[in-house]
Amino acid sequence: MKQHKKGLVVWLTAVVLLLIAALRAGSPGRSESVQEAMRDAVLHGTGQISLFGLKAVNPGMVSAFLVTAILLAAAALIRIFAIPRFKFRPGRLQLLLEEAVGLFSGMARGNSPHRNRFLGAYIFAAGAHVFVGTLFELLGLQAVTVHGHPITLPAPLSDVNAAIALGTLSYLVIASGGVAEHGPKGALKALKEFSLPISMSFRLFGALLSGLLVTELVYYYVALSFVLPVVVGVLFTLLHALIQTYVLTMLVALYYGEVSEPAPKKEKKKRLQAEKA
Amino acid sequence: MEWPLNIDPQQILLHWMNFAILTGGLYFLLYKPVKQFMEKREAHYRDLEEQAEDKLARAEQLQAEAQAKLEAADDEIHDERMRAQQAASDAAQEQLAQAEEQARRIVAKAQAEAEQSKERALRESQKEMRELAAKAAKKLAARPGEDFFDQFLDLTEGGGAHEGR
Repeated sequence: MKQHKKGLVVWLTAVVLLLIAALRAGSPGRSESVQEAMRDAVLHGTGQISLFGLKAVNPGMVSAFLVTAILLAAAALIRIFAIPRFKFRPGRLQLLLEEAVGLFSGMARGNSPHRNRFLGAYIFAAGAHVFVGTLFELLGLQAVTVHGHPITLPAPLSDVNAAIALGTLSYLVIASGGVAEHGPKGALKALKEFSLPISMSFRLFGALLSGLLVTELVYYYVALSFVLPVVVGVLFTLLHALIQTYVLTMLVALYYGEVSEPAPKKEKKKRLQAEKA
Repeated sequence: MEWPLNIDPQQILLHWMNFAILTGGLYFLLYKPVKQFMEKREAHYRDLEEQAEDKLARAEQLQAEAQAKLEAADDEIHDERMRAQQAASDAAQEQLAQAEEQARRIVAKAQAEAEQSKERALRESQKEMRELAAKAAKKLAARPGEDFFDQFLDLTEGGGAHEGR
């Protein structure tokens, strides 16, 4: 009991000392106004990063590559070390992996019972990308812009290009389901939902960007940098990650199932008409 | 051409490429092996279930067969018991009839023997009577003057004098 009290006192003292030190240290001064910071977070006009010296890209691009690298490295490690040791009575890691695969596989099968093999793989990758990509911003990895300023790498999908890429790619995947089932006519089914790529892209972009903007705003003022980031930074990001993953994968599965649904047979139609007559 | 919102088709294509790599990589490294394992386990448990169902069906069939055999055995035992009882009853009846016949024969034989003994005794007594009579007649004939009748009676009564008179 005494040890607990001692620990509590030490912890509180450390917090107070760090607060005093932070307030006394002051700020080196604003290099940009809050408006500029907000606009740069959206447009990345000045905060671009060089991609292997080939091209200046938005930080979201680098984040996307890093997320892919992290995911593939983790997948490779799991493939090499964990999957060969899978047992019929699963352990914790195996259970987690099976739950993840089973969730997306089941979602694909449930929404598109006739054609779901590719859909399952696609929404699994999309889900992993959105979820891990959204949580990626919590790492707070730093990079240097082409202008020499430090920048925190954001979530990939807070970049409008990444959101448009994922939205349009999802739309193409949906259209491909229609084409695979009905031939060129199937594409028309997907084309009916012409607003889908725009809505999917900007839903992702808006959702992720709003989180980024709120975080930027909070961190812009030192006084807001205590306690509040735990809520807006961590909890909101976790919530975002879950919601956006679910929404995107569910929408893709739903529309894919709709456009790839086999047409009812003509004979059946005729028989039904005859029965009606 | 200047795109609004800093949209860059080249970066969009790069994102597509990145996502294609991610999709392919995750499919081959994670999704496919895990799904295959899950299907393998599902198939394994389906096989086990089918085997269990087969065994259950076989056990039920065996049970039905055993039950039928048991019932047949019960019927057979019942029939056998009835036959045995019938046979025992028949044998008892036969033995009873034989015993009765034998008893009847014994009784008849005894009656016949008794009849024969009676006749023989009668014959012997008659013969004895005749002999006695003859003997008495001889004695009477040898002693004249005595009443024959009294002598006869004395002789027959053992040689004493007649007390009638």
